Amino acid sequence: MSTQLDLVPVKPTTAIVGEASPRKSGRAVWFRLLANDRVAACAAVVLALVLLTALFGPMLIGNVATSIDLDNSNQAPFTLAHGWANVLGTDPLGRSMLARLIVASRTTLSVAIPAVVISAVIGSLIGMWAGFYRGWRETVAMRVADVIMSFPSLLLAVVVLYVFSPSAANIVAVLALTRIPVYLRTARAESAELQSRLFVDAARTFGASAPSIITRHVLPIVLPTLLTVATLDFCYVMLAESSLSFLGIGIQPPDVSWGLMVAQGRTYLNSAWWLSFFPGLAIVITTVSATILAAWARIATDPGQRWRLTVPQKRLSRFTKTGKAL
Amino acid sequence: MYTSALPLIIVLLGVFLLARLTGDPTSLYLPESATEAQREAFALKNGFDRPLLTQLGDYFTGVVHLDFGTSLRTGESASEMAFRAFPATLQLAATTMLLAVVGAIVIGCWAAYRPNSLADRFSSLLSMTGASIPDFWFAITGVWLFAVLLGVLPTSGTDGPLAWILPIATLMIRPLGVLTQVVRGAMVSALSAPYVRLARSKGAGDLRVVTHHALRNAAAPALTVAGDLAVGLINGAVVVEAIFGWPGIGKLMIDAILQRDFAVLQAAVLLTAVSIFVLNIAIDACYALLDARVREPARV
Repeated sequence: MSTQLDLVPVKPTTAIVGEASPRKSGRAVWFRLLANDRVAACAAVVLALVLLTALFGPMLIGNVATSIDLDNSNQAPFTLAHGWANVLGTDPLGRSMLARLIVASRTTLSVAIPAVVISAVIGSLIGMWAGFYRGWRETVAMRVADVIMSFPSLLLAVVVLYVFSPSAANIVAVLALTRIPVYLRTARAESAELQSRLFVDAARTFGASAPSIITRHVLPIVLPTLLTVATLDFCYVMLAESSLSFLGIGIQPPDVSWGLMVAQGRTYLNSAWWLSFFPGLAIVITTVSATILAAWARIATDPGQRWRLTVPQKRLSRFTKTGKAL
Repeated sequence: MYTSALPLIIVLLGVFLLARLTGDPTSLYLPESATEAQREAFALKNGFDRPLLTQLGDYFTGVVHLDFGTSLRTGESASEMAFRAFPATLQLAATTMLLAVVGAIVIGCWAAYRPNSLADRFSSLLSMTGASIPDFWFAITGVWLFAVLLGVLPTSGTDGPLAWILPIATLMIRPLGVLTQVVRGAMVSALSAPYVRLARSKGAGDLRVVTHHALRNAAAPALTVAGDLAVGLINGAVVVEAIFGWPGIGKLMIDAILQRDFAVLQAAVLLTAVSIFVLNIAIDACYALLDARVREPARV
């Protein structure tokens, strides 16, 4: 008997197996999960390319985007007759579409990313705070969120942008304000559920203060959900900025964003379709990539579903064919 | 009821204040050369010279009497202008929502019933496009393809059934994609519930199980999302109405803001807010119809 007892490991093996591998190299595991899913990996590469283009592209192309060449106006795309820079055609002033798209990518991202980050941080902090304390804080936060949600966001943007000038900073502020309720609601729901859990009670009995419970026990569990919401929301914010620019109350010329380019090209729809088509396509490519990555992140951050990504793709189809819901 | 009335009041108040903040209409409506006396007369006539609180009081009295004053632009009654524009938007939004709900239920149920089938892939594709295609770009590309290149659809206007196709398709992409995914998700969990197994074991056919047992339980989450999407249609309507020259409330709002036409803006926003308010009440009523657990406590 005694020999058999000695054989029993000190810790349960399942816990060791389950925790050792991600602890050792958390980042490597994520990369392997991403590399396993070819579509999500492509999406991540595309997003990285867009980001790099926005960061370094305007530096590399110099003043190609602004150099006017009226002899070459409205040249059709997909020919190298007018040089590499004009491979996607030229606009009515003879400026290279490709160069303008690159410059516009920076404006578009410099509105979308700060708006998402600001709304995510403010919304989740208020949401977790409201959900943790419940009571009047929760009621007030939810009512405010309801009010913002029930007001057509485009209308709010239109009105605010007319009060203040439609500068990039104001657009960021308006978009961030209208997207706060999304994070607020998500964070509140999860935090309200978590604050009644046993481990939060345990932390309370140890005398941990509310802020430290929120940051150390609530935040790590809510974070994956919030990140997924933020990735998806990035698409929404980008589309909203484009809509505003399209309506003429977003980014103002001589600045250029993808949405504004679609609007400017609209007048030439009969003669030069590429003026509106390519900027819109750039928006679609970016948002589709973000959507795919969000779908991947939702599975990858859910411990109950993560196994789907560890199985090689060919074998995955066999698992899903059994009728199990994805 | 009480909780959904609160946003209504705040929207009313917010519109009043924000509209005043957008700038003084006097300088926009009178010529540069207008004398000081002319400016004062203009302000007096439209009540801009009185204290803000008095204006606010008048505004609320007017709201109760459905009187928003006259449009600075056309001299017509603002509420009449709003009511005239409203049906066009309502027709567009209602048709879109109806088509989106029916389409989402059919595709979503099918996708949930046959995972990994063609319908399942189609539903993923729909939700992807719904979340990622800019509506204005879809509309413009549609105009380019069907009106400019092929010449089968009109570029704008409201004449004839053909003019409805592009605006409705543009408005529909987002609700259809989101709703399909919600219906599919809710149906997947409903179809694996014990009561579905019971229904199957007592011999109910596939169609009956889906429509009578699973769908009724899956309808509640879809209804919530449909309500939010209907509010969001207002945003889409502004863009679509601007592109297709649709004489609806969205176009009226944009024009009113651009031209500092306070009275029309207030009337249009209030009408929108009230319809959202009514919509929320209707959705609450639908919950009670769908779910006995919501209905029960009211009877006791």
